[in-house]
Order: sequence, then C-alpha cells, then structure tokens
Amino acid sequence: MSAATGTARRTWYVFRSNPLTILGLAIVTLVVFLSIFADFITPFPEHVGPIGDFGSMSAPPGGQYLFGTDTLGRDLLTRIAYAYRLALVMAVVVLIISVPVGVTVGLIAGYVGGWVDYALMRITDIFLSIPPLVLAMSIMGFLEPTLINGMLAVTVMWWPWYARLIYNVTRSEAREGYVLAAEIVGASTFHILFREILPNCWPSILTKMTIDIGFVILIASSLSFLGLGVQPPTPDLGSMVADGAKYMPDAWWLTVFPAIAILLVVLGFNLVGDGLREAFEADA
Amino acid sequence: MNSVARILLARTAAAAIVLIGVSMLIFTIARVIPGDPARIALGPLATAEQVEALRTARHLDESLPVQYGYFVRDVFHGNLGTSFYTNRPVTTDIAQFLPASLELIFAAGFLMVVLGIPLGIVSAHFRGGGVDHVGRLLALLSVCTPAFVWGVILQLVFAYFWPIFPLEGQISATAVLPPRATGFITIDALLAGNWSVFVDALYHLALPALALAMAGIGQTARLTRANMVDTYDRPFVEMARAYGFPPLAIATRFAFRPAFIPTLTILGLDFAALLGNAFLVEKVFVWPGISRYGVEVIIRKDLDAIVGTVLIIAAAFLIMNIIVDLLVVLINPRIRLAEKRT
Repeated sequence: MSAATGTARRTWYVFRSNPLTILGLAIVTLVVFLSIFADFITPFPEHVGPIGDFGSMSAPPGGQYLFGTDTLGRDLLTRIAYAYRLALVMAVVVLIISVPVGVTVGLIAGYVGGWVDYALMRITDIFLSIPPLVLAMSIMGFLEPTLINGMLAVTVMWWPWYARLIYNVTRSEAREGYVLAAEIVGASTFHILFREILPNCWPSILTKMTIDIGFVILIASSLSFLGLGVQPPTPDLGSMVADGAKYMPDAWWLTVFPAIAILLVVLGFNLVGDGLREAFEADA
Repeated sequence: MNSVARILLARTAAAAIVLIGVSMLIFTIARVIPGDPARIALGPLATAEQVEALRTARHLDESLPVQYGYFVRDVFHGNLGTSFYTNRPVTTDIAQFLPASLELIFAAGFLMVVLGIPLGIVSAHFRGGGVDHVGRLLALLSVCTPAFVWGVILQLVFAYFWPIFPLEGQISATAVLPPRATGFITIDALLAGNWSVFVDALYHLALPALALAMAGIGQTARLTRANMVDTYDRPFVEMARAYGFPPLAIATRFAFRPAFIPTLTILGLDFAALLGNAFLVEKVFVWPGISRYGVEVIIRKDLDAIVGTVLIIAAAFLIMNIIVDLLVVLINPRIRLAEKRT
C-alpha cells in the first residue's frame, strides 16, 4: 500500500468515525438523491408548474399528500424536492465561479505582499463591510429577479470570504521552507502560487466549500423570502415559507415543511464540512 | 499619544477608506445597471420632456465620475439625495426608519451575549459530557437556521399556539407613544417615565429580538466553548485548580477571560449578519424598521435611497467594529496594533 492511499484511508477513517458526520452525510445524500431523481420519485411531478388542483387545496399532511398541499392544491413534497434541485444547482454554480476568484486574490495578496496586498485586501474589506444579504439585495434590486441574476448577486458577495481565508493561509505558507526552495531555483511566481502554495490550501478550500453549499442555499432562500429571488411558479424554499406565513397557524404545514427543508440541508452540509475539517486536521 | 488613541485613529482611517470604497462600489452598481431611474420614478404616463427634466435635475445625464463628484459634494453637506419613492430627503427617511431597526439589533446583540456566553461556558465546563453534546448540537442547529425561519417558528409557537407574546408590530395600537427623542421606543418611554409603554414595547421586542439573535447565540456559544477548551489546557488553569479554586471561579475567571477576547473580535464581525438578517426578521414581525423601506426602494430602483441606505448600514458596521476593537484593547492592554494586523 502506498503512502498516499494510507493517508487517504486514515482521513476516511477519521471522517466516518464521527456519528454527526454520518448523520450529515445521510442528509446530504437524501437531498442530492431527491433533487436528481425528482422526476421519477416525487408523487406529482406536474405540480412544479403554474397549475392548480382546486379539489385538494390546502390539504393537511397525510394520505397521498405526505406534507400536505399548498393553496393551489399542489403537493408540497414534490415542490420541496424540485426546490432542492434548484438550490443545489445555484449553490454549486455560485461556488464554482466565486471560489477561483477569491482564491486567486488571496494567493496573490498573501504572497506578493506590499501595496498589492494592501490594495487587494482593502477591496476585499469593502465587500466584507456591506452585510452580505444587503449587498446581494441591492444588486438583485437593479436586475430582473431571475435565477441567473440571483446567482450573480450571491457570487459577487461570496468571493471575498475565500480571499480572506486563502490570504491568511498563504501568509503563513509563504514563510515555509518549500516556498523558499522554489524561489531559490528560480520558479516563476505563477508556479509558486498555483503549484506550490495552492495544493496546501486545498483542505481549507474544500472544507469551506462544503459548508458554504449550505450557506449559499440559506442566503438564496433569504433573498427569495424577501421577494428578491426566484419568482413563482418556480418552486423555491424561501418564497414557500414567505407565502405559507400568510396562512398561519391553520395551514401550518405550508411554512413548517419548507422551513425544516432549509435548515436540514444547511445542517447536513455543515456536519459534513465539520467532519472533513476534523479528518484533514488529524492528517496534518 | 497613548496607544488607545493611536489605535482609534488608525482604525478610523482604515474605516474611512473602506467607506469611500463602499460608496464608489454601490454608486457604480446603481448607475451601470440597465433601466432608466427617471422613467421608473415618473411612471409610464410622463412625457419625454418631463423625464429629461428630471434627468437633468438629478445630473443623471452626466458621466459617472461627474455624478459621483456631485454625490460626494452633497454628502459633505449632510445630503444623501432625495428618494423617488417618498419624495423626501433620504436622510429624513433613514432617520425615521433606522432607529426601530437599531433597537431590534441592539436587543438581539444583548441576547447574543447574555445567552450565548453562559451557554458556551457551561458547554466548556462539561466538555465531552452529555450537556456539552446537546449544547453543541443546539448551537449548530441555531447557526444553520435562517433568521426568518426562527421568526415564523417563534411566531407559530409563542404567538399562535401559546399566545403569550404579541404576533407582530413594535407597540400596541392603543398605546400612546412617548415623545420621540431617540427613536427607540423603549428608551423614549423610559425618558418620559411611562412604564406601561416601556413594558409593552419590551413585550413586542422579545420574539423578533430572539429570532434575530438565535444564529448569533449559537455562534457565540460555539466560539466561547472552543476558545475556553483551549485555555482549560493552559498551565495557569492547572495552577488555579491546584490552589483549590472552586470550579465556578476557574470557569468564569481563569478560563473565560482569555477566551473572551477572540470571541469578542468575531462577534464584531457578526454584527454584519445582524444588520442583514434584521431585514428578514422585520418582514416576519411587520417591524417598522429600515427593512420595508429598503426592499421598497430596491424594487423601485430608487437610486439615492439605495446608495444612502447601504452607505449608512456599512457605516454602522464599521463603527461597531471600531467599538469592538477598542473594547478588546481596553480588556487586554497587551494588544498593540502591530500584533492585530497579522
């Protein structure tokens, strides 16, 4: 057995030995499964669209409607599954765009130093000093509330957190011997940043990305709760809670199930992220 | 110059630079994105001349740097422009709506500290035990739940099913409001010596403040616990134990004090989350704060109002962090600026 697989096995061992991590993994698996196979496993896939079934309006949970139906008679379970699909796609796209930007800024600022450091990190501070939700809201306000624009708004507020994180990691890594060795043999700055320092940032990046899938979903649902996100009839967890709140307390399921759905997915990715961190730390 | 004054000066200068950056950023976002604000403000029935007149009056026909120049000049005259939506100066609007939001935010910050820190101390004291596990799971759960979900859950439980708190609003409709001095109803009522209004305001404040504070309470508890567990392993705690100090004294005096400083710094940064989440909680509890105004002006592309609101919120965040930095210095005189930058 090579050293690399030994390390991987030990990381995996630490990862799976925490029951909370396993719980998180179970939640994440369930959510991903629901959103991928929503077309086949949800009882009423047609309830995603702007249709109404007025014979079964606001039916309480039970029978053929496990979570009840909304005010248009649409199955809540079906709509939650499709809302999960949308939320996951959005979270992944936001992270795929914002993480490379933030990581690159953090690497350059942390390694190059001097005025480049000062300028880049002050720009980062500017983004960080507007509360994330407020920044996303303002951007959203100037754009049409579509899925793509929602992703854009969240992306703009997300990269600075990675810049901060990687900046701090880079600052400490830049003093290590292997960086000095690379400098002495005349490696280019590009090589040092992306071939030498970046590989040591991966554990931090992966851990944060996992946790952030949950938090992007949380912010996106907050935006749509305020009416600044995805618009009906597209199923969305935040707007489902907002709509349902009008019919409390009688039709409590309209609010309670989407609310639980949000906290479950955020919790799941958080637990998996925490497990990853523990596993990486045990390895270091 | 003593070190506290020096730190205050350096922090204020950095905050000023960031604030200028924020103003440029939000100003640019507000101008480059499609849609004619003058046309939106006047509505579809306005003539082309009327729209053109408004564009000229508001300098919307000038280039971006020139517009920004006008904006900066106005800011130094205490003028953030005029809202298209309310037709009043933006500063007047903000002065009307912001105090209610701040009252909610400060109440939530208070709950974060008085509930989160003891929770963290208890968790750290019983670390590894059942209480600790339950505490950590609860803390994690509170962090993972959006503020608006806490809002509707608290409403459902404590206003509908077990109606011990009012459902929404800042004050009972029948209450006679005290004269407006600070804009904080609780403080205004106290200043006027009006106890019944004070109690009524607190009663209305309880659920929204708790909903807003929940994530912060969990975060505070987690940080306090983590930092305290670190200090519990330090020699001076061993020493205190060897001297026979009671466990409570060890927890609150020896292990907590050094753990409080890093916690406090993070809490200052968390203030941004409180400011943002206040928008959500205010919507749930129909709280007459900046939220409805903010969402309304955003939907109407009300340029001056959006820029003004974001600027004030960013300034509030930066001021709060300067205060936190000062507190850290006052608690720990060893901290110097050079140490803090790294």
